[in-house]
Amino acid sequence: MAKARIKVPSSAKKGEIFEIKTLMSHNMETGRRKDKKTGELIPRKIINKFECVYNGKTVFSADFHPSISANPYLAFSCRATESGKLEFRWTEDGGAVTSETKEIQVS
Amino acid sequence: MVAFKLGALFVAAAGFVMANAAVYAADAPNLNDPKIAKYVAGDKWSGYVTSTPETRKMQDDDFENPSFVWVDQARALWDKVDGKAGKSCASCHGEVEKLKGASTTYPKFVDKHNDLITVEHQIGICRTKYMEADAWKWEGDQMLGMSALVRLQSRGMPVNVSIDGKNKPFYEKGREFYYQRRGHFDFSCAHCHVDNYGNMIRSELLSHGMPNGFPQYRLKWQKLGSMHRRFRGCNKNTRAEPYKQGSPEYTALELYTMWRASGLPVETPAVRK
Ligand code: HEC
Ligand code: HEC
Repeated sequence: MAKARIKVPSSAKKGEIFEIKTLMSHNMETGRRKDKKTGELIPRKIINKFECVYNGKTVFSADFHPSISANPYLAFSCRATESGKLEFRWTEDGGAVTSETKEIQVS
Repeated sequence: MVAFKLGALFVAAAGFVMANAAVYAADAPNLNDPKIAKYVAGDKWSGYVTSTPETRKMQDDDFENPSFVWVDQARALWDKVDGKAGKSCASCHGEVEKLKGASTTYPKFVDKHNDLITVEHQIGICRTKYMEADAWKWEGDQMLGMSALVRLQSRGMPVNVSIDGKNKPFYEKGREFYYQRRGHFDFSCAHCHVDNYGNMIRSELLSHGMPNGFPQYRLKWQKLGSMHRRFRGCNKNTRAEPYKQGSPEYTALELYTMWRASGLPVETPAVRK
């Protein structure tokens, strides 16, 4: 899988609701396209799951299906409870996982 | 007036599928809308104006704009040494920000290369001749990203190509191409983008067909694509034979369409449907 782009504020006040944006570059091969040269179906390969884990607790997750566009973009919000780590995980068909972490300071 | 223009189009398409296809009037875009002010210059406006609010929003936010995946990769490539000469783009050019304004004057005739060249051609020359590295494919991720990165340095600056001097014969050639009817449907570029902007053709709302936002991310392509890829698409849609990306025909056409866009801001990397 290629690179992820993630936007999380570096700090937030306790109790504050902040926005998280993620964009994963991935061509989300639907499994329905044919190779123009050989006429064979190109096997499906999509990200089928996204999760955001905040200090060990899943705060957001989504199952993806084949009609989700390439380079899926997600924006969601989260409440600041404590300083720590936000982990982002994208799981691809076949099981490969890409993960990234961002730190947040909560005061 | 509109009726007359449409009439002409129907004659043009008579006997073909598009005779019933439908070019029909749509609500004219409100050019006084402050949201689009940046994308209007006199009587010209870019395809941003005819984009839906959702598509505009993707372009407005560099984070949400997927083009930046390619731009970020190009930023890393800028500093990467490659090729037999042991150089990176940065070795000769320094910071990429120094190229501010550079892309606004392309395509242009460069004496040293004795031809009309686009930004992509120049990048190709730097790669192969100066770095002695492998050529990048016109429509490959590296070239698209690098062209977008270079043009991004001029974002917001007006398109400012010259059509005098040695550029002139190429401008004439590009203009001729633009007004030339071609293909099964016998349409010229002008039938759609000069005579019918603001009208619908099938499900598409026609714009002036301005080239100031390329390479651009198209939702249809699901990736970044070059201006010449769009030219190919517009040729193919009227069942005309497309030319190759980077061909002399499309390079001259790029000069002509860029001249049409004079004064509009560079919008690279735009987002369209
Ligand atoms: C049958 C009508 C038709 C013809 C003929 C046509 N186009 Fe287009 N063109 C479209 C449509 C539809 C779009 C997408 C909507 C829009 O921006 O107009 C488009 C989009 C474009 C765009 C992208 C505009 C943007 O904002 O991103 C460019 C550039 C363009 N056309 C150039 C050309 C050129 C050059 C020719 C002649 C080779 C041409 N078109 C011929 C219908 C046409
Ligand atoms: C060995 C030095 C060298 C390297 C390395 C090099 N260039 Fe260049 N570049 C030049 C020179 C010299 C010119 C002026 C035009 C010419 O001579 O072709 C130029 C011109 C350009 C221009 C046009 C600037 C303008 O003001 O019109 C762009 C864009 C450009 N280079 C991009 C790149 C990119 C992208 C890379 C890396 C892939 C790169 N160059 C690597 C020497 C270099």
